[in-house]
Amino acid sequence: MSEDGIRCDGRRVDQLRNISIKVGVLKNADGSAYIEFGKNKILAGVFGPRDVHPKHMANQDTGILRCRYHMSPFSVTERKNPAPSRREIEISKVLKEALQPALILKDFPRTVIDVFVEVLQADGGSRCAALDAAAVALADAGIPMRDLVSACAAGKVADRIVLDVNNEEDQEGQADMPVAIMPNMGKVTLMQLDGILTADEYKTCLQTAIGGCRQVYEVQRRALVERYFESGAQ
Amino acid sequence: MMDVKRRYVIPGDVVATGPLRPEQNVYQDGERIISTCVGISEIFENAVRVIPLTGVYIPKTNDLVIGKVIGTSPLSWEFEINSCFIGFLPAQDVFGRDYSPTKDELKQRLNIGDLVAARVANFDRSRDPLLTVQDRDLGKIDSGELVEISPSKVPRLIGKKGSMIQTIEMATKAIITIGQNGWVVVSCDDPEGLLKAIEAVKMVDALAHTPNLTERVKSMLGVPEGENNDTINE
Repeated sequence: MSEDGIRCDGRRVDQLRNISIKVGVLKNADGSAYIEFGKNKILAGVFGPRDVHPKHMANQDTGILRCRYHMSPFSVTERKNPAPSRREIEISKVLKEALQPALILKDFPRTVIDVFVEVLQADGGSRCAALDAAAVALADAGIPMRDLVSACAAGKVADRIVLDVNNEEDQEGQADMPVAIMPNMGKVTLMQLDGILTADEYKTCLQTAIGGCRQVYEVQRRALVERYFESGAQ
Repeated sequence: MMDVKRRYVIPGDVVATGPLRPEQNVYQDGERIISTCVGISEIFENAVRVIPLTGVYIPKTNDLVIGKVIGTSPLSWEFEINSCFIGFLPAQDVFGRDYSPTKDELKQRLNIGDLVAARVANFDRSRDPLLTVQDRDLGKIDSGELVEISPSKVPRLIGKKGSMIQTIEMATKAIITIGQNGWVVVSCDDPEGLLKAIEAVKMVDALAHTPNLTERVKSMLGVPEGENNDTINE
């Protein structure tokens, strides 16, 4: 990072990468979204509510949520084995737990909602980007939600708190903190921290990340409005 | 006409605040009433609801649905009704009270793949929807073309007091059976009228959220401009 706070990719410390979201890109899924979050390119598809297989997973009282986060073999510089790795299994679980509080599954007993996230190109912060795409895809599928889920990371690079850590900064940096919130309810659904921060740094880092989430929310909102209220309105 | 306030909303949007009654697709959080899906909000006589623009069909008692036979069990048929639940039609409903599984063969009456207009007799959280064909105009559908539209757009296809569907039926001389589950059967003796009616139904599906839809359908069908003007967002 240069002295005047310009980062390796030319951003300011409090600046997000460029984000664009497209809703309803897959025909066969009930809901879908494609997000470009800087150099991250991620597709999310949602199926459901539908019958649960295997049957023993079904819950008589409520619907269940399943998530799969997967990185394509070509998503990173060296070929990635397409079998689910330890990291992917973890992120699948994290995504599920971050999305669950936003969903109202009580109305769909004995059913499942499947969320599939496919990372086509990865560049740091892919779990946040995946979460943003998955939330929009769920809304596109028409699944009742208390709120959208918006996610963004913050971190510590060269002793400074920065917003939206990219891959390079993640490798070289001192800390990385992905955060997901439900913006209208003001609740945090995901908070992880990799690295060491002082109590003060922790607070600023969390606040920075939440600020980023709110910016992401605006992009998500615009994507949904564009898909449903503007196309063909004229 | 009564004053109806309409607005485009996405999940998490506050539709209204104050002592109002939450109805479909909204939930109450203290004073605030919040939307749970992408759709058009309506505040009407102290009731707040959101008409969804996307989502699957959730059966309701007394709904007319169109189902496809996907299987039989000794005492009932199983129906695909474009929902996350499978519809059941008891054999007694068709054969009468003296039905006996040893004497009667279910497949004589309804075979796999047959389309049936049925009514949801009973449905609650703990059981799959129970169908019935014991009513006027219900039963096996012998002819016609199946068109699938989004279940959330069915009210739009029917229109205010059936205005939209009457327009299409009158202009094309087709007979249109609309299932609340988004399956529509169009039958017409005249092949030209059939194609036109199908096109009109698909047009309503694609442009359901746009204003002046009846007029646009009329001009597509070549009906002279009438006074029956309906608008969706004032």
